[in-house]
Amino acid sequence: MSLIAQSSAVIGMNIKSLPRRLWMSLAMVLASAVVVAVLLAFLAMAKGFEATLQSAGQEDVAFFIRTGSAAELNSSVMKEQVDLLREAPGIASDENGKLVSPELYVIVDGTKKSSGTDANIPLRGLEPQGMALRHNFKLVQGRLFTPGTDELIVGEGVLRQFEGFELGKEVRFGKNRWTVVGVFSTGGNVFESELWADAKVIQTLYNRGSSYQSVRAKLQSGASLEAIEAYIKNEPRLNQEVQSEAKYFAVQGESLSYMAIFGRVISTVMALGAMAGALNTMYTSVSDRAKEIATLRAIGFSNLSAFIGTMAEALVLALLGGVLGALAAFLLFDGLSASTLGGSFTQVVFSFEMNGQLVMQGIWLALVIGFISGFFPAWRATSVPVAVAFQSRG
Amino acid sequence: MSDDNLFELKAVAKRFKKGKETISIFDDLNMHIKRGDFLAIMGPSGSGKTTLLNLLGGVDQPTSGEVSFDGARIDSLSEGQLATWRANNIGFIFQFYNLMPMLNAAKNVELPLLLTNLSGKERQQRVETALKLVGLADRAKHMPSEMSGGQLQRVAIARAVVSDPKLLLCDEPTGDLDRNTADEILEMLQLLNREFGKTIVMVTHDPAAARYATHTLHLDKGQFVDKDEPVLQEKSA
Ligand SMILES: Nc1ncnc2c1ncn2[C@@H]1O[C@H](COP(=O)(O)OP(=O)(O)O)[C@@H](O)[C@H]1O
Ligand SMILES: [Mg+2]
Repeated sequence: MSLIAQSSAVIGMNIKSLPRRLWMSLAMVLASAVVVAVLLAFLAMAKGFEATLQSAGQEDVAFFIRTGSAAELNSSVMKEQVDLLREAPGIASDENGKLVSPELYVIVDGTKKSSGTDANIPLRGLEPQGMALRHNFKLVQGRLFTPGTDELIVGEGVLRQFEGFELGKEVRFGKNRWTVVGVFSTGGNVFESELWADAKVIQTLYNRGSSYQSVRAKLQSGASLEAIEAYIKNEPRLNQEVQSEAKYFAVQGESLSYMAIFGRVISTVMALGAMAGALNTMYTSVSDRAKEIATLRAIGFSNLSAFIGTMAEALVLALLGGVLGALAAFLLFDGLSASTLGGSFTQVVFSFEMNGQLVMQGIWLALVIGFISGFFPAWRATSVPVAVAFQSRG
Repeated sequence: MSDDNLFELKAVAKRFKKGKETISIFDDLNMHIKRGDFLAIMGPSGSGKTTLLNLLGGVDQPTSGEVSFDGARIDSLSEGQLATWRANNIGFIFQFYNLMPMLNAAKNVELPLLLTNLSGKERQQRVETALKLVGLADRAKHMPSEMSGGQLQRVAIARAVVSDPKLLLCDEPTGDLDRNTADEILEMLQLLNREFGKTIVMVTHDPAAARYATHTLHLDKGQFVDKDEPVLQEKSA
């Protein structure tokens, strides 16, 4: 009972005495805010990138590429092989036949709006079946390309990040001219960083004969990838490997997980710097309040209340910084669109993704800064000799 | 030792270590303080007056010897036990008031009561009574920065008596005040001694201040010296 009364009185006094140390206290708040904001920026970036790739992959879509090719770009699938894969067990169909999408994946150049530099954009060749396989595909402007023509549709991410892909614009890749006839969305995932056109047209323009690069196939419910694997093994004309589309993108998404690690390392180093400053602030606070602490001790206040008071001050300042940092990160970075090199050396357009869980990580970091920078000064506060109360103002 | 002794010091030694040197403040100090005394302790600067007050107040421990309060030894109590003992028995009055600058007068006076089990309402009543006693009932909400030295010391006195301790320890309580204000403060201490039965030990270098006390002891080079005050020689009967 008395400890609570003592401690809350001491905490109240500490907080009220903050204006005496205004600039040092603000510096501590700011340092903790910057560290938290930096951590959250990196985490939100990694999270956003991961989400962009992971949300693209579906569990019930089988994804075929040539064994050992790791990505669509360096894979190839012959037309005869596509026909054989069509007959694999467990593939779903609708009124138009099997839900199988053979696709091409070539790289074209675009100019980034942000930097004015050239960067790679994937140009995907597919058929209506392929669009139907993307679960959240939606045409947001214009119309679909007409098969057999040099029309293409552009993902919202490409439209946002690159110059010259507005509806109706003519774009030129090498000696090939294309017309943008539509803009599509796939709910923010990686397909929005692509251009889509008719597969047959791309085969012709890029001298691919009748070959493709990857095949997607919708699975019947309960179908197993093992059965398909066995089917491939028993068919000597097939040299493809199969995995779920979700798995393929999950692996691709890990390519930016170093961002999260990098972010943690950077913010840890910065946190150490912030902590050194915060320690200094808190030691100053203790020496600034030494006479008050000693007087309270003379009156009979416990050592513990002096400890708790100092600790609370450190935690309040660091937490204030943490909240400000999180808020700043949220305002500055949440939903911020960026693009970076993903798999296959193409640009993946993604949005920073902030969520409550990340914010909590930031708040925890702030609390750790507050705890460590408060602990040692708080310890010192308990050893201020009571006799200091009798000294003249120094 | 007789029952009317509040304090009893036997063969008290106090030494400080300063680097390799050891300074001896007291070697063999003996004294007793009677209940209801208003004792003034005088002596040149550096003679150990504050050190003695610290020993009496349980703020510092003797290097050797015994300090008894109300018949019980306090020289072997732990720091935490001493804090509780101080809260229950001692009111301190400092030369520089030592009020909390961020708390108003009433909140400053309330501080010792936070160590008790009194309710908020009871605390408020006690604070009001204490402030009334020192004539500052109308300044309860004033901040220390808005008050004069004399007023600050009166708030400090209210804080020292609010939990009704037996003993008041004052270190140069008028050292920072002009003559008239000092006299007001000393009259107040005298009143607390006479009307409220508080035992008071006051360190001062001001002979005029010492005149308000019932007894005066002179400290010099770690010993009480004879200055026509018979108190020290009086052995307990
Ligand atoms: N904590 C300490 N450490 C070392 N020396 C001290 C300490 N406290 C007091 N002294 C010394 O003890 C002597 C007596 O001090 P003090 O009791 O404050 O004297 P007074 O109050 O009579 O002026 C002084 O010489 C002072 O320097
Ligand atoms: Mg002194």
